[in-house]
Amino acid sequence: MIWLSPSEGEALHLSLSVAARSIVLSLPVSVLTAWLLTRRRFVGRALLDAFVHLPLVLPPVVVGYLLLVLFGTRGPIGSWLERLFGIQLIFTRNGAALATAVMSFPLMVRAMRISLENVDRGLEEAARTLGAGAIDRFATVTLPLMLPGVLAGAITGFSAALGEFGAVITFVSNIPGETRTLPLALYTALQTPGGDTAAARLAGVSFGLGLGGLLLSEWLARRVRRMLGR
Amino acid sequence: MLTVTVKKRRGSFSLDARFELPTPGVVALFGRSGCGKTTLVNAIAGLLDADSGRVALDDMLLLDTEQRLNVPPERRRIGYVFQDARLFPHLRVAANLKYGERRAPAQRFVTLDDVAGLLDLGPLMDRRTHQLSGGERQRVAIGRALLSQPRLLLLDEPLASLDAARRGEVLPYLETLRDQLAIPMVYVSHDFDEVLRLATYVVLMESGNTIAQGGVGEMSLNRGLRSIIGADAAGAIVDGTVLGVDPSSGLLRVRLGHGELRVEAANVAAGATLRVQLLARDVIVATQEPRHLSVRNSLTGVIMAVTSDDADSDLVAIDVGGTMIMARVTKAATRDLALEPGLPAWALVKAVSLRGHSFAAPSAMSGARRDA
Repeated sequence: MIWLSPSEGEALHLSLSVAARSIVLSLPVSVLTAWLLTRRRFVGRALLDAFVHLPLVLPPVVVGYLLLVLFGTRGPIGSWLERLFGIQLIFTRNGAALATAVMSFPLMVRAMRISLENVDRGLEEAARTLGAGAIDRFATVTLPLMLPGVLAGAITGFSAALGEFGAVITFVSNIPGETRTLPLALYTALQTPGGDTAAARLAGVSFGLGLGGLLLSEWLARRVRRMLGR
Repeated sequence: MLTVTVKKRRGSFSLDARFELPTPGVVALFGRSGCGKTTLVNAIAGLLDADSGRVALDDMLLLDTEQRLNVPPERRRIGYVFQDARLFPHLRVAANLKYGERRAPAQRFVTLDDVAGLLDLGPLMDRRTHQLSGGERQRVAIGRALLSQPRLLLLDEPLASLDAARRGEVLPYLETLRDQLAIPMVYVSHDFDEVLRLATYVVLMESGNTIAQGGVGEMSLNRGLRSIIGADAAGAIVDGTVLGVDPSSGLLRVRLGHGELRVEAANVAAGATLRVQLLARDVIVATQEPRHLSVRNSLTGVIMAVTSDDADSDLVAIDVGGTMIMARVTKAATRDLALEPGLPAWALVKAVSLRGHSFAAPSAMSGARRDA
């Protein structure tokens, strides 16, 4: 990126890296959650449903604060992770990925649920009579058929992860080269005297990424639909 | 032997079914729409949990609620052809066909080539499922079910969603399966014509209950069946043996009991079994040997029963030498001719309708069952 300063380029690169980690982390969990909420009846389902949607209604700062309490070095999960695996989340890009994953999780689950609800259960029954067990059925019939939703969820989640501000800055702070993603860099530029042009450039990059993401999502959705013969 | 006993209550509907099918053979589950045929088939497949019951196929027990045994559908090895085909839209035809084959046990009785040949699937292999016509979809669905190497094939009204022309296109394939693969089939239908062409055995259902069952010939005389198909469509279904072609008329000579019928049919070898239907309204009864008549088909026999059909007519059952046929006569005729059991009679058949070309596996069940 010729026209971005090194620190701006770093912020862009970091944003993409954090968003990618966030998706890797949340994709399997959100597919499983969507499946549980759509296909299973169990005690506490309504509670899980509400819990999944919490990040949509809570102020991001609150989510960041809760992560700090749980995953901080003294937090119940954070201390455990550090002791057992030597993983530290606070003030790291992995922590930033966790924060963005939590924030974009409800959007991803929503997109996948809609898609899963449209999967004909008769096809799963057919797979069953052809000898496919539960996991086999899910992998060979359900998942491919809900792929449009999984892709839409992943792209929405990725875009949301690129833009997450409140939860990230609260949980992992604003460290250049480690947790200063695009929105944080933009915020910092605005706080710096003479940072207006840098802010404009970063805003432009965010704009481009968002638009590119939407176009890509549309294009992928069309391709998958064609593949599924709709 | 397939033995099925299933009870299931769902809301106000209750299923209480019980039947046995000698294997191999094709049993038709016949009854009006909504009488519980699909529910019963789903219970056999294991897709629906019965409240109580037992399903056994030969030496394999699939469901026994008393023993708390319930083999899941994916391990029952029962092929299922759904009314709406249910092909996987994300897979091409070839991949659909292989889906079940890949999950089948190593010991195979049909290969992809066999099935492609039997069902003419070769040209369709690379197609996407939405590029198939209704009839083609059903053929693929049948092939897919067969390739899972099932020990039993369930077909739930596979032709119901097709128009008459497509139905005629798929039916011969089903006849081929019955005659060449010797795989037991349960065929659900509310169309009696399909039953006549395919089935060797009929189970009659009414509002969730199995009310009668037996071979096709025997069941064609059943009163409950008559009430469903209507008096005009009622008549004996008989399996005759083809004797050859009558050179003067070009018609096929078919032996029935100790008489003979002339039937219009092409390309059936002598010795084959031919199923024909003698509609009760097309059979005329005479108590003396008829002469000087234009009707060529005349069978001699003995009256076995005279039963009232409706306000104006009686049904006369006549044994024409081991085979029972039925005639509908007015009550006045019954009185005038003094028709009664034991009386010798001549049955004159105005029209013989062909109900299925040669049957390799006729109603009398024979042939070794393959151990696949």
